[in-house]
Amino acid sequence: MTAAVATPVSERPRLGTITTIARKELRTTLRSKWFWLWTAAFVGLAALLVTVALPDTGITGYAGFGRTSASLVTLVQIIVPLMGLTLGAISIAGQKESGALRFLLSHPVSRTETFWGTYIGLAMSLAIAVGGGFGIAGILTVMRGVRAQTTTFLWIALLAWLLAVAMLGVGMLISTFTTTSGAALGTAIFFWLVFVFLGDLGLMGTSVATQMPVNVLFLSALANPIEAFRLAALTTFSGSLDVLGPAGTYAVNTFGGSLVPVLSATMLAWVVVPATLAWLRFRRRSDL
Amino acid sequence: MISITNLTKRYGKRAVVSDVSVDIATGESVAFWGPNGAGKTTIVRCILGLVSYEGTIEVDGLDARTRGKAVRSLIGYVPQELSFYNDMTVVELLDYSASLRGLPTDRVDEVLEIVDVDDHANKRVRELSGGLKQRLGIATALLPDPPILLLDEPTSNLDAAARDGAVRLLEGLRHEGRTLVVTSHHMEEVGMLVDRVIAMEDGVITTECAPMELAERLGLRAWLHLITTSGDTARAIEVLTANGFNAQLNSRGVLVEVSAQSKGLAVATLYEAGVHIEDLEVWR
Repeated sequence: MTAAVATPVSERPRLGTITTIARKELRTTLRSKWFWLWTAAFVGLAALLVTVALPDTGITGYAGFGRTSASLVTLVQIIVPLMGLTLGAISIAGQKESGALRFLLSHPVSRTETFWGTYIGLAMSLAIAVGGGFGIAGILTVMRGVRAQTTTFLWIALLAWLLAVAMLGVGMLISTFTTTSGAALGTAIFFWLVFVFLGDLGLMGTSVATQMPVNVLFLSALANPIEAFRLAALTTFSGSLDVLGPAGTYAVNTFGGSLVPVLSATMLAWVVVPATLAWLRFRRRSDL
Repeated sequence: MISITNLTKRYGKRAVVSDVSVDIATGESVAFWGPNGAGKTTIVRCILGLVSYEGTIEVDGLDARTRGKAVRSLIGYVPQELSFYNDMTVVELLDYSASLRGLPTDRVDEVLEIVDVDDHANKRVRELSGGLKQRLGIATALLPDPPILLLDEPTSNLDAAARDGAVRLLEGLRHEGRTLVVTSHHMEEVGMLVDRVIAMEDGVITTECAPMELAERLGLRAWLHLITTSGDTARAIEVLTANGFNAQLNSRGVLVEVSAQSKGLAVATLYEAGVHIEDLEVWR
């Protein structure tokens, strides 16, 4: 063998490299115990909730579908953010800790390719987890004689995946600021607590204590991706936000028919902004 | 091939590499040698673009800061230890590395044979011994048949037998016309692998020389503990002292101070004087 001088490669990101890293990340995640722990919890609880929400009381048809969907939305609010946050948090920090990131970046790949390849691979694995939960729930719902609104059900599943991916971005942002997976995981769980509990209970408590105007209350809800998901999902299957009181009425009156697009755009913003910030931080990080 | 000019790397206010300038010619084999914390691994990380730095690094005329991907396409990197991707098989890891470099997968079979890991191709990385992991690391570095091999402490985590095997493998690669850059704190390994040693301490270059000169330049000494046949101990001390060695009695043997690069001289002196040595140990 003789040493050959390779032709220098372009510095521009290559889709093929991103795909290679995404495929490897997907494969690694599907072998990870964390992933299967969350997926099993989500699928198992989804199946349990469908069974509990639809006892043998003769509730069938669209009413039964509404109960199933409401149960799933509640479950998604708790479990899916945790899945996205933890997977994202241990991604970069875990690879840095083990030396895998250094090894990967010793290849002719850029940080941009590394980041987006990792992100896409993890987003695909989250699609499998969310799809599994909704798939099982859908099958059980239909088996129990409930008339499912397929499009609405798929739309809620899509919103759940968007929530997962939004939280993945937040998790990866945390990961780019930490050096060990332990620290990243701890920070991610703290953020989960903030989003889940302070977002919902905190907002309700604050609004009562401070007599918060309804428009501020609605905008505050949008500032939390979990609340944005809940509003979007409830609007999708119930057609109104009356259950949310004055803020819901305000939202319906203000946005009317464009409420679902506004809420969906909010979800998309939650997907794009943290991931972009994480990518910028990863590109600029001086020690890997 | 590699030109490093005024390289400085700081973590906060602390400089771990200070104003280092080195030129490495095509086909030359060079070692950055020094204790832990000397800054040698940091230089490797700077060349690979893993960390930010002050100064300039050019590889084959390409700026490592702005042409990072192009620079890394010329380099095969062997990390200190392959302690990751444990769930992947040997072939999966090599396929992944080949795919990242846009190489055909039949190249994987070639390098498996070169590093003699083909019998373990379907084992998971975690099932490999330290020596085999190191060979796998070398295999990934050889995949693109690169003109430059960058080896970061390639034998530091290996036992004596595995180290010997790895050094012999690397010695073979040295003579293939590649530029070899090694970081190491093992003097013997450096002596076998490179033409030039760049000794570092606290982030600065302390000396540059041929491997054989390093011990003398740095005044490095070692102690040999020699076990002689009974009754020969006193005579051994007498012979060694007469030949200019610092020798002293130590329990049932003789302790003699030697140059770290010519430890055999004391043994040869005793042999010529008819003193029989049963065993010996090197103390540093």
